[in-house]
Amino acid sequence: MRKLIINGITAILIATPWMTQADAIAELQMGYRQMGSGDFSSTGGEIIWNKEFPNPQSGQLRNCALCHTNDLSKSGKHNRTGKPIEPMAPSVNPQRLTDTRKIEKWLKRNCKWTLGRECTPQEKGDLLAFLRDH
Amino acid sequence: MKFNKTILGICLIAIFIGLTGLVVAEWEHEEDDDDRGHFRRWLGGSKPVIEKVESPLYQAECGSCHIAYQPGLLPAQSWQQMMANLEDHFGENAELPVEESSKILNYLLTNAAERVKYGLPRRISTSLGGNPAPLRITQTRFFLHEHEEIPGKMVLNNEQVRSLSNCDACHTKANEGSFREHEVRIPGYGRWDD
Repeated sequence: MRKLIINGITAILIATPWMTQADAIAELQMGYRQMGSGDFSSTGGEIIWNKEFPNPQSGQLRNCALCHTNDLSKSGKHNRTGKPIEPMAPSVNPQRLTDTRKIEKWLKRNCKWTLGRECTPQEKGDLLAFLRDH
Repeated sequence: MKFNKTILGICLIAIFIGLTGLVVAEWEHEEDDDDRGHFRRWLGGSKPVIEKVESPLYQAECGSCHIAYQPGLLPAQSWQQMMANLEDHFGENAELPVEESSKILNYLLTNAAERVKYGLPRRISTSLGGNPAPLRITQTRFFLHEHEEIPGKMVLNNEQVRSLSNCDACHTKANEGSFREHEVRIPGYGRWDD
């Protein structure tokens, strides 16, 4: 009996980060659907992730990989300051995508910086679907 | 009795020599070439130190892209302007929900340069005189004066430093609020001695 309880607690502890991650993404995607989005696709997210957008002021071509690199399991580097950015892939960084407020904050900032506008709910849901798969 | 007096005398001389040594050692560590302040600096009045960042919110929100600059490094006017324009934060988007940004602004204003009467904040605010406060720490007169002799190859053209705004690239105790010259290690060049 005691062994069972210990095993149970261990299982919950191991599963916790994944549960919260799935929860945070599911919660946000549900909100985006209520705003009129369709189904979300990881492929759609990947296209936005890699697409380059020219910055109107500097002409610099910007995409997500500029700071986060092409390999989501690797650390990135802030384009301006050079400060390291922890990997985006939840498989190597379980802390990622667990906090809805933080996700929304960074999507807003980084969509504006990269695309020059806020992302649509569809785009945000697709990006999250893409990131979740890594 | 006479013997005791001799011992007392020797002790006093020893203490005096010891103290002199301390003062000299401290002078050697300090880099300021401003003549006014040697003695005051030894008393702690204007050492290149500053309080550590004590707001976890500020540390988390502002420390994710760059070091969380101590609030005493800029006057209140600069922080006010900066926090009112986070959407274009030196070309980056650093927008925050109002709830967070007002708490952070409050922390910054309470601890801004002119609110602290010692160390770096005091020297930074004094250096501004009556001039309008710049938005960048690296453009305050005190900062410019302290860094004017550092060649570009050690900073701008040094991939491990990139900019004078990366304090902790060279100031090994920047995050603890200490910017003493003997703690400086420039990546690829080592100690700095002017």
